[in-house]
Amino acid sequence: MRVRFWGTRGSIPVSLTWRDLRDRIAQALVAANGHDLDTLEKAHAFTETGLPFSTVRTYGGHSPCVELDLGGPSYFVCDMGSGARPFGAHVMARQAGAPAQLNVFMSHLHWDHVMGFPFLLPAYVPGTRVRIHGCHEGLEAAFVRQQEPPGFPVRFSQLGATFEFVRLVPGETVEVDGVRVTPKLQLHGGDSYGYRFEAGGRSVIYSTDSEHKLQDAAETHDFVAFFRNADLVIFDSMYSLAEAVSVKEDWGHSSNMVGVELCQLADVKHLVLFHHEPTHDDATIDRVLSETRRFEELTRDGAPLVVSSAYDGLEIAL
Amino acid sequence: MKLVSREYAGAVVLAPDGRLDHDNSEAFRAALQPHLDAAARPQRGVVLDLSRLEYVSSAGLRCFVLAAKQAKAQGGRVVITAMQPVVAEIFQISRFNLVFDIYSSVRDALAALSADATDAFDRA
Repeated sequence: MRVRFWGTRGSIPVSLTWRDLRDRIAQALVAANGHDLDTLEKAHAFTETGLPFSTVRTYGGHSPCVELDLGGPSYFVCDMGSGARPFGAHVMARQAGAPAQLNVFMSHLHWDHVMGFPFLLPAYVPGTRVRIHGCHEGLEAAFVRQQEPPGFPVRFSQLGATFEFVRLVPGETVEVDGVRVTPKLQLHGGDSYGYRFEAGGRSVIYSTDSEHKLQDAAETHDFVAFFRNADLVIFDSMYSLAEAVSVKEDWGHSSNMVGVELCQLADVKHLVLFHHEPTHDDATIDRVLSETRRFEELTRDGAPLVVSSAYDGLEIAL
Repeated sequence: MKLVSREYAGAVVLAPDGRLDHDNSEAFRAALQPHLDAAARPQRGVVLDLSRLEYVSSAGLRCFVLAAKQAKAQGGRVVITAMQPVVAEIFQISRFNLVFDIYSSVRDALAALSADATDAFDRA
């Protein structure tokens, strides 16, 4: 199983500015001073080892879209944020003209999680089958509505693919093309749903836009059970803990520290910080990742929990 | 977990002892409540003396925030003092260091609350 992150930013897409790029080039030039970099090959090698992530890469700006590549003929993808556009291009390239079968799983229907769908190229290809799974009552209406005039020039009914909307029930496991999928209700404005995917002896949790109130043991117990022994947990860590329990309480998001604690209690192997705050630049996300790894060390009571921070283009093999 | 309390001219110094985590945070919150209620009068504050606190989880930190909210609503304050290095690091990672006023000693914390409390501390 491979997990590909096509969109990792929360709330709204962001991009680097020309000032960001200029500053990074300047930082790289200073860092390169004294190194023998007279060929592109040497320069590429230097960028891989001699510069920090926030100089040479970016966590990226697309809103949520995460693919689970299970090696089978059908595609599994969580959410249709703006990352759905490059995901769709990836599907088109891989299919080489052949129609695809897509299984989409929607955490919820807020704008940042559906906005990429009108730009999902396979949706325009006759013969393609798209099954959109979710637990919300207004699942189909949300997709149809965002393509109605004057919002978009192509109506949903004009798309070339065949669509099926599949309502799932929280807590009830279903099998989708050989994958066991279990949705879970999460705390978020208008509700959101996490998903546990199990296939080939591996398990992945997609849990974004989910606030943890820390009010009672039962809530913690429920999520620990949902995360139990997962190989990978993709976790909403948009805020610091202080923000999540004070000024941004009830905004529907969680923190890096709660992610570590829940994953440690559940014996998870790998935690991926996800749904980055749009005001955070790469250096800030770098710092949060470093602090989260330190917190994991401080609280470790057993096997180490691997901690990563999601970025557009990240691939994790399980 | 033990919660030792002392009072200096109306200011309450509370010293949790041990680890504060998901297992005992609700009990800690219940133990904290009578002290917050007693400190309900304006100009009275609470000092959380964390010199004996070995570890605090997110659930424990939330108790501190709830205490601060209640104190603020009552016209009082909650301040923090004497954190062990690990707890200080957790405050920094959680950004709670930006939420609370933090002092290096109980006396400094009391001084931030009232001159009477500092005098009482010096006389004790």
